[in-house]
This record gives sequence, C-alpha cells and structure tokens, in this order.
Amino acid sequence: MGANFTWVMIGCALIGAGASAVGVFSFLRKQALVGDAIAHSLLPGVALAFIIGGEKSIWVLFPGAFIAGWLSILSIEFITKSSKIKPDTAIAIVLTVFFGIGIVMLTHIQQSSYGNQSGLEDFLFGKAAAMLPSDIALFAIVDLVLISSIALTYPYLKLYSFDPEYSRAIGLPVRFIQFTLSSLTVLAVASGIQAVGVVLMSALIITPAAAARFFTSRLSQMIILAMLIGLVSAVGGVYISSLAFKMPTGPWVVMILSILAISAFVFAPSKGMVSRYNKRKEHQLKVRSENLLKLFFKLEEKGESNHFSRTELLNHRKFEGRDLETILKSLLGKRLLARSQDSFSLTEEGREEATRVVRIHRLWELYLNKRMSIAADHVHHDAEAIEHIITPELEQELLKDLGYPELDPHKQEIPGTKNLKP
Amino acid sequence: MNDFWIILEGSLVAVSCGLLGAYLILRKMAMVGDAISHAVLPGIVIAYLVAQSRSSILLLLGAALFGLLSTFLIEILAKKARIQSDASIGITFTWLFAIGVILVSLYSGNADIDQDCVLYGDIAFVPLDTLFLGERDLGPTPIWLQGFNLFLVIAMIRIGYRGFLITSFDPSFSSGLGIKTDTWHYVLMGAVSFTVVLSFNAVGAILVVAFLVVPPATAYLLSNQLQTMMIYTVIFGVLSALIGFYLATWWSASISGAMAVASGILFLGVLVYQKLLRKRKKFLAITN
Repeated sequence: MGANFTWVMIGCALIGAGASAVGVFSFLRKQALVGDAIAHSLLPGVALAFIIGGEKSIWVLFPGAFIAGWLSILSIEFITKSSKIKPDTAIAIVLTVFFGIGIVMLTHIQQSSYGNQSGLEDFLFGKAAAMLPSDIALFAIVDLVLISSIALTYPYLKLYSFDPEYSRAIGLPVRFIQFTLSSLTVLAVASGIQAVGVVLMSALIITPAAAARFFTSRLSQMIILAMLIGLVSAVGGVYISSLAFKMPTGPWVVMILSILAISAFVFAPSKGMVSRYNKRKEHQLKVRSENLLKLFFKLEEKGESNHFSRTELLNHRKFEGRDLETILKSLLGKRLLARSQDSFSLTEEGREEATRVVRIHRLWELYLNKRMSIAADHVHHDAEAIEHIITPELEQELLKDLGYPELDPHKQEIPGTKNLKP
Repeated sequence: MNDFWIILEGSLVAVSCGLLGAYLILRKMAMVGDAISHAVLPGIVIAYLVAQSRSSILLLLGAALFGLLSTFLIEILAKKARIQSDASIGITFTWLFAIGVILVSLYSGNADIDQDCVLYGDIAFVPLDTLFLGERDLGPTPIWLQGFNLFLVIAMIRIGYRGFLITSFDPSFSSGLGIKTDTWHYVLMGAVSFTVVLSFNAVGAILVVAFLVVPPATAYLLSNQLQTMMIYTVIFGVLSALIGFYLATWWSASISGAMAVASGILFLGVLVYQKLLRKRKKFLAITN
C-alpha cells in the first residue's frame, strides 16, 4: 500500500482506459481476437529486446514488443490473403507459433529447458506491483497518442468501422485507416503487457467494448463508456488484489470486468436479455389479446350473441394452458372486456379495438390481393401476422391507396371504413 | 531411448490434437480450441482441491468438464445474449482463466499446485514418469495415456465420420435432415477438452493450440478432402515433433516450443511454395 499502491492504480487505470478505447474498433470490425493474437505474439519481441538491451526496463522492451505485434498483424493478413485459410485459423496459427518462438528464445537465453520461468510468468500475468513512476509516464504518453489519434481521424474511423466496403468505394484512404487502427492496437497492447499480462490485455481489448455495445449505438458514447468500464475495473482490481497477500492484479481486473460485462448482457435496458425477454412477452400478450378481441368480433358478426363463456371461446380458438386466463385478465383490466358471471362481452372500447384489428386484417388481405396479385385464398396467413404491427399512419395509407373499400377479397365487410373517410 | 520417448509423445500429442483440430478448422472454430485450452485451468484447480492429488483421473475429468463448460458459455453468450462470436469466445476464456489463476493464488499457500504445473508442462520430463507392472518396466505413463486417448479419438472419428463431416460442412442442412447437430458439437468439444488437458503436462496450455491448429491448417492448404487432409495432418504432426525435437537439442531450448516453431515453419513452407507455384502458372499462362 502507500505511494506505490497509488502509482499502480493510476498506471492500471491508464492502461485500462487506453486499451478499452482501441478495443471498441477491434470489436466493431469483428476482430476482437486479433488483440489476443497480438498480446501472445509480443513474447519474441520482448525476449529479443531483452537479449539486445539486457535490461528489463519497459523503455527497452516496448519497441521490441511493438515490432513483434506489428509482425503478427502482417502475418495474419499475409496468411488470409494468400490462401484459403480463414481468419480465425490464421489468428490461432500466428498466436501460437509466435508464442512458441518466444518460448524457444527465452529458454535459449536461460540455457535450460525448464529452469527459471519467472520471465514467462511475468509476461503471462503481468507485474503490476513493480510499476515505476517512469512507466506511468509511458502509459500517459501512450494514452495521449491513442486518444488524440482517435479524435483526429474520428470521422474516417467511424465510417470505416461500420461499413468498410462503402468507405473504400467513396475513396477513403482505407489502407491508411487500417494501418492507423492496427498501430493503435499494437501500441495499446505493447505498452500494457509488462504491467498487466497477456490475458488481461486480451480481456481489456474485448470485454469493455462488448459491454458498452449493450448500452448505446453511438460510437462516441460507446468509446467513452468502454473507457469508463476499463478504468473502473482496473481500479477495482488493483484495490481487491491489494487486500490479500500475493493476490495477482490482472486476474482480478478481468474478474470485475467480466462480472460488469455479464451484468450488462443480462440487465442492460432495451438490449439486455431480461429486457428483451419482457419485450417479447409483452408483444406476445398484445398479439394474443388482439386475437381474442377479433374472435369476439367475428362471433358477434355471425350474430350468435354478445356474451360468450370460456368453453364457447375455446371451441373456436385453441389456447395453450393458462393463456386464456392471462389474456382475459389483461383485457378485463384494460376495460376492453366486461364480465357478467361466467360469460364475457366486448365493451364499447373493446369493440372499437376489435373493429380496428379486423379492419387492418381485411384491408391487408385486399391489398395483397389487388396490388400484389396474390390469390384470395393465400392472403389470410400474411394478414394474421401483419395486423398486430400496422400503425394508424400505415392504415391511413392503405385506406387511401385502396379507395376506402367496403369489402375484402372474401366478400366480407371491412368494418368502419366509412367513418374514416375524410 | 529417452529421445525416442519424447519424440513419440510429441507425435502422439500432435496426431490426436491434429485430427480433432481438422474439424475445428473446418467449423471455423480454431479459436475455440484456444479458449478451451485456457478455460480448463479452473477445472484442474477445483478437481485438485477436491481430490488432493496431482495425478488423478479426477483431475482430467474436472478439467475436461470445464473445457466443455466454456463451449456452453460461448454458445449462450452468442445465441442468448447475441454477442458476436469472436467477442463471446474472448470474454469466456479470459474470465474462466482469471478464475483459475485467482483460485491458484488463493490456495497456493497450502497446496502443492502452482501455475507451472498446469500452464507450462515439459515434454522433457515425460520419460521420467515410468509405468511399472509389478517389476516390469512398461515405458512412460504419459505415453500410455496419450496412446489410449489417440485410440479413443481415432475410434470416435471412425464411428462418427459421416456425422462429423456433415455437421461440419452444412449444419443447417444436417439439422434439416434431423441430425442432432448440437450433440455432435458437444461430443467433439468434449473430445477436444479431454485431449487438450491430457496434452498439458507435455506441451502446456498455449502451445497445445499449435498442435491443434497448425498441422491441420497445413494439410488444409494441400487438400480439399477430409480424409486426405487427415492423412496429411498426421504426416505434418509427426514431422513437427521430429524436427522440433532436433531443433530444440541444437538450440538447447524448450522442446515443445521448438515443436510449435517447426510446425509453423512447415506451414509457412507449404504456403510460400503454393504461392510461388501459382505465380509461375500465371507467368506461364501470360507468356504462352
């Protein structure tokens, strides 16, 4: 704890924020795992720098790592461009062969096949505790470079990330953009690797971006949110790992990052799993309620009566399990149905709603029949689906286009069109 | 004799990994192999804590179970949470790996387990672990285990050849035919997990990916037929082990690392050779 602890926290926060910002672009280009490949591929660069420099300073190791990272990107590109090998296989090949080269170099330096593997361990898990103020200067410079490059080329990056083909077609300097993005990724990974290790670096590239995507569809917001998630996880991870002796920092940062991300996947508003589940249920209930109202309308149309019991309803339409009860309850709650003893009838509002659904159904049948030339006996299914979706505006368009018709293709009345005529 | 055992173990690992890897490549799941190799770590630690022993079948099963679990998680993230597949792979394996490392450091004080034994492994130790039947020396235990696993892998591929083939090339067509695509998927993933774990003590967590992916990828360059591809995979796998071993003794470096490098050199050789061949053909076509 103490002064050193503060430095470590600042350093990790800087690494986290920088890598997360760059990660957004890897994520959007569906190249999230390239970060992982770069991270593993840095090992030979680190080893080479160690042989040449002889000193384990980050300022010596950093250029070696940067070159190795760039080589790995070029190798992946070379493999996918000059053969039928798919990108994921190319990434796996480069990742593991580069790592193998690194292991061979390290073991060669140490002149033993097993021996002292602490160098490798630091590379895999990072040595956050050994961070020096001079390292933090490097992280700050790297972050500054990353953020200002992103800000300067932002419009290009944005267009390229979402539609590379289009940006190529309109003559954007695509090669330059690719070069910039790759350089930024290598820069972020290479600068942080000594402090936080390979695995955390991969997680920092991928996970914050994936989580941020669940909250926003705007690139600028996504970058800021991802940086925030990376920063919070880094600070939290450093704090938790400081609580116990010999606790590794990197894995705790990944742990917090993953928990944050998974919470986002489950609970995020509108895109999260819970929210999507609720929306689906809501829509299901709406569709089923409208179908039941339609049933009431059609039964009334046949002139049988106005009141129907559960068995009568079940005779005309199948409902699964307790579905009918749920739908009846919801419709009674909305005062679209009224109940007297064991039978149900439409209220005024209910009839209006039922009329609307039946009208849209029959209008659509007519539209398909007239404008699309689909046979009258083939239009029902389409109309069953679309009747729950058509908005009042679309309904108006349909009415206008078809000239406020009164009969559908089955010669049944389209209810309520007269009242809608302007 | 030791040299022979090491090369044999390397070849066994390369062949059983490579045969399964051929399917991974065809299914565009090469990185799932990487994910499994990281995700088994917590399984090894938990099984070790339960069994209190380092050489136990429980350790293998626990680890393989976590490998399978990781593929489940990847599927859930991709299908239920609708995260693009590369990100769901990345999130899953970094998370499980982090859990594993945290568990190791939580219990490293009172247990005989550390990162070395699960992450690095060393093929040079293979001949030291000898299996005895009474007084008789039957050769190294890892050779027997890996040999048995190779037998299982080959049996599985022979029995399920058509099933794996059709679910690899056209999953939607095969589910249309009523073939249980998911079952085949998880059987394959189970086999990959088990093989990866079994290969750990020889080659370590990260280099096992080299044996899974590189020889079959080299074979894929040369063939469009699964059967031919598998034969090439065996050849390139054994060659990688052989060349790797001699490179390692020449450089006095890690044997498994050198085997990975050798497989990479073979891959690059075939790739460049084919490229030159194509260029020559083009050149001849133009000059004619």
